Amino acid sequence: MPPITFDSKIPEGSIQEKWDNHKFSIKLVNPNNKRRFDIIVVGTGLAGASAAATLGGLGYNVKVFTFHDSPRRAHSIAAQGGINAAKNYHGDGDSIYRLFYDTVKGGDYRSREANVYRLAQVSNNIIDQCTAQGVPFAREYGGLLDNRSFGGAQVSRTFYARGQTGQQLLLGAYQALAEQIHAGSCTLYNRTELLDIVVVDDRAAGIVVRDLLTGEVASHSAHAVVLATGGYSNVFFLSTNAMACNVTAAWRAHRRGALFANPCYTQIHPTCIPSSDEFQSKLTLMSESLRNDGRIWVPSTAHDDRSPDAIPEGERDYFLERKYPSFGNLVPRDVASRNAKGMIDEEKGVGPLHNGVYLDFAASIERLGEQTVRERYGNLFDMYERITGENPYQVPMRIYPAPHYTMGGLWVDYNLETSIPGLYAIGEANFSDHGANRLGASALMQGLADGYFVLPYTIGDGLAPRLGEKLVDTGHEAFRAAEARVQERYRGYLEVKGTRTVDHFHRELGKIMWDYCGMERTRSGLEKAISEIPALYDEFRKDLRVLGGDTSLNQSLERAGRLDDFFQLGLLMCEDALQREESCGGHFRAEHQTPDGEAQRNDDDFAFVGAWEHTGEMQAGTLHKEPLVFDNVHLAQRNYA
Amino acid sequence: MDLTLQVWRQDGPTTSGRFETYAAPGISEDMSFLEMLDVVNERLAADGKEPITFDHDCREGICGTCSLMINGKAHGPERGTATCQLHMRKFNDGDTIVIEPWRATAFPIIKDLMVDRSAFDRIVEAGGYITVAAGSAPDANLIPVPKPVADAAMDAAACIGCGACVAACPNSAAQLFTSAKVAHLNLLPQGQSERYARTEAMVDTMEQYFGSCTNHGECQEACPKEIPIDFIATMNKDYLRAKLKNRRYLSRTP
Amino acid sequence: MASTTVARAATSRPAPQKPKRRAPLPIELYRSAVGKKYVMAITGIALMGFVFFHMLGNLKMYLGPGHFNEYAEWLRTLLVPFLPRTTTLWLMRIGLIVAFALHIHAAYSLTRMNHAARNTKYQGRRDYVAANYASRTMRWSGIIVGLFIVWHLFDLSWTGTGYTFVRGAVYENVDGSLSRIPVGILYVVANIALGFHLFHGAWSLFQSMGWNNPRFNRWRRDFAAIFAAIIVVGNVSFPLAVMAGVVGVG
Repeated sequence: MPPITFDSKIPEGSIQEKWDNHKFSIKLVNPNNKRRFDIIVVGTGLAGASAAATLGGLGYNVKVFTFHDSPRRAHSIAAQGGINAAKNYHGDGDSIYRLFYDTVKGGDYRSREANVYRLAQVSNNIIDQCTAQGVPFAREYGGLLDNRSFGGAQVSRTFYARGQTGQQLLLGAYQALAEQIHAGSCTLYNRTELLDIVVVDDRAAGIVVRDLLTGEVASHSAHAVVLATGGYSNVFFLSTNAMACNVTAAWRAHRRGALFANPCYTQIHPTCIPSSDEFQSKLTLMSESLRNDGRIWVPSTAHDDRSPDAIPEGERDYFLERKYPSFGNLVPRDVASRNAKGMIDEEKGVGPLHNGVYLDFAASIERLGEQTVRERYGNLFDMYERITGENPYQVPMRIYPAPHYTMGGLWVDYNLETSIPGLYAIGEANFSDHGANRLGASALMQGLADGYFVLPYTIGDGLAPRLGEKLVDTGHEAFRAAEARVQERYRGYLEVKGTRTVDHFHRELGKIMWDYCGMERTRSGLEKAISEIPALYDEFRKDLRVLGGDTSLNQSLERAGRLDDFFQLGLLMCEDALQREESCGGHFRAEHQTPDGEAQRNDDDFAFVGAWEHTGEMQAGTLHKEPLVFDNVHLAQRNYA
Repeated sequence: MDLTLQVWRQDGPTTSGRFETYAAPGISEDMSFLEMLDVVNERLAADGKEPITFDHDCREGICGTCSLMINGKAHGPERGTATCQLHMRKFNDGDTIVIEPWRATAFPIIKDLMVDRSAFDRIVEAGGYITVAAGSAPDANLIPVPKPVADAAMDAAACIGCGACVAACPNSAAQLFTSAKVAHLNLLPQGQSERYARTEAMVDTMEQYFGSCTNHGECQEACPKEIPIDFIATMNKDYLRAKLKNRRYLSRTP
Repeated sequence: MASTTVARAATSRPAPQKPKRRAPLPIELYRSAVGKKYVMAITGIALMGFVFFHMLGNLKMYLGPGHFNEYAEWLRTLLVPFLPRTTTLWLMRIGLIVAFALHIHAAYSLTRMNHAARNTKYQGRRDYVAANYASRTMRWSGIIVGLFIVWHLFDLSWTGTGYTFVRGAVYENVDGSLSRIPVGILYVVANIALGFHLFHGAWSLFQSMGWNNPRFNRWRRDFAAIFAAIIVVGNVSFPLAVMAGVVGVG
């Protein structure tokens, strides 16, 4: 186990100068020497594809790994809403400083000021870059870029491409990567999953991967390894994430010594379609923009099973408008989500399973006309109808919150390097920029900022001193041992020969996590989860049934490995939620709320990044605290009333 | 509802496959098609049989991973809908559903219903991009793009790369996929510098793998994003121009 | 056809193509499938023009033997005295032969390419939505029309097919051949096949040529349907008229 290095490397100077100072002071790799460095990038979402393309374009030798059939499948593709940038194209008073301020505040003062400021700075470059790549952002009639206000922001700074912004940005990055693959600077390994990180002499020396088609386990070494492997909302089983999203890469790094920061910060998105039966495999998100024109309500009395049009106006509770008169239906995601849960806990839920609240467009259709509503939300309404079989122009939509994004992730310093030297984490896989809660349209911004504009600079600082250093041979005993462990682990799942499937255990784990570590957490609930998870894990190890073999494609076997890591992560999430005796952003402890039900932070004791060190299988680990200092933004309690 | 499935099972790329029949009783009409397959797989596993392998990921119709020929139609009976968003209420109690993988020489079967669509990546690698090094881009509002042009580019860019166009085409042609990517980039002012080299390279690469277009129009019916075949006509036009224009770049290596 | 094994890690970079020698533009274009479709479309337009004027000219038979044979003679003397007699006719015939040859060769090689692109057919039944009978039977309707044309040339231009054939006596030959019921039926069937071929081909050529414009797109299908209908009605009327005795030396 390498010693914990815990230096956030935040540069000197005023907040405005830090990034420029840093870029000047870090070491550079001469253009002619870049080809002498091998870099591994794992994951091809926004962060991974943009980083690999940029590093390849700079001249590094890049190996890119994805477990999908094509880089374009990564789940960044599903982001709908948009991407923020401080362009101030609409002259409504936006600026880099305002974007920085809003992001720190939105993150409930649990992020690093320096990182967030840098994010706001490069946000404008992202828009320029993507536009030049051919991302078809929405335009105004004059041909210039259109913006909208998103997630309650008071300026219009969100760039979008219909409801498919993530898709278009990812295709841009994928195409840039495709160009580098064609040029030979990047080599793509598709349908290949990372299963271990190899650390030699306290440095990341390479990775161990499994070919999903043949089950073959192989090693790759490099001067630097970049993890861009996304978030872990699938620990809840039902989430808006794609089926294959998982924590394995980050968790394997954590086991090798990388600190895992703020695992309990999870974002619950308020506008998802509620599940319709016990076989539901995922939840579908609908853009938050729906809340601009939809009114959220439940029947005033519990157990009211009348159809919505039979409930008169006086017997409806527009609870967000009632409790938050100034923001109404546009309160932040966590507030909207928690209030919806509150209504369902009061047994006022609607729909066949009483697991939703109404999002009603009747008033908007009356005010704006059906045509205008169709223009604004037509594709979302169509999607809703495809999934539920109900026509939202006539019947109110039913919505419910669902896990959506995880702010926590691998701890990284200002260079995006984890606590294992030579191992970097970017995008949702790291913890860095969103604090305890992520603002709408900020995830795409962060992924691309890391990939196009931050990592390609900062990685040189670590590489430059290592010019001429030979790669660790993949025949090295550390690689051999890691390969053997992977093979043994996967053979192990096949040999249990129990009675219950991977999905069965995943549902059970998800239920524990959702009930006790979901939108609202309590000490007793978390303690219960901490005792139940290891017990369930034990059963998983004893009663798992995976059919088929490990020498050809086996989807159940892949999922077994991912679920194994989710168990261990789930435990850590609960431990982290338990130690954080405050409510902030996506972490709401019922014990810590203001009299009117708002999150109550404890800045004196908890203004820190909670970074966990792995100490052993199914153990909580050791908590390290990186204090957060706020020189520019003044700590204030959020208030949306 | 109670269904009977005839599912193509094939152990690997080189082995021969066969249809197997499975009873699927008690299916809820609120399930998506893939959730129905999940249920069938859980039951197969309970019986000690290896589950059916099929490609899927986002399950919200955008990643393009899911496929499946359902009753002889790519992505099944509902127009403009990928398999993952197809719901069982589109079927009737007692139906027999035939499920087959995409079939094209360029999409070899990996296992059961899963195929390899890497040939699409090869087409994009040949020229489906606009070259711009990170950091070198001018201000985004420097080049206005007329709204109708941006909208048309977005219509083309909506392609999810699922391969239904190839699967549905009687000729296994990939014209709709390729033309959508070509049109997306060729329509935009930012894409003009590489317009003709791109068109030529992408079409030539496409033809190494796929069949030719005989204008059946089956692809646009199967496309979950309803991309029109008008883009194919536009690509043909650009290809001819490319052949003419690219000849002028005498020093350019082919 | 490129490699069709399942692409594996790191081998997925495309194999460098051996640089093709630059050929003259038409040949280079013809090497590609898109180029072959251009050739199909252009030769198709030429053949459509022929079919149309052939039908139009044949309508003269309703005016009686004098007019009809006069028309046939006019064709032989086109552009005389600028060019010797029958020269123009031969130039047009050569043009048609070349168009036919290219149309058939392009169709043949594209068909082979399409067969290779799906080495294993769907094992279940296909359910087509847009592909219609005409579009899916192009190669069969094409073969029928091609074989018919050969027969048609023997029948009325070269040797006759069993009736009293007199070279140059066009009206009498038509009457002699088509008054035989089986031959008349053959002409009807072949022209219906031609109609199907034109119904898809006359639409398809717009796509292949890249003639695509929202202003006229909705007319493309109509044009093809009307064109095919005119040709079929005109051409089928001839054997029917002969068999009914409307046309004939009596």
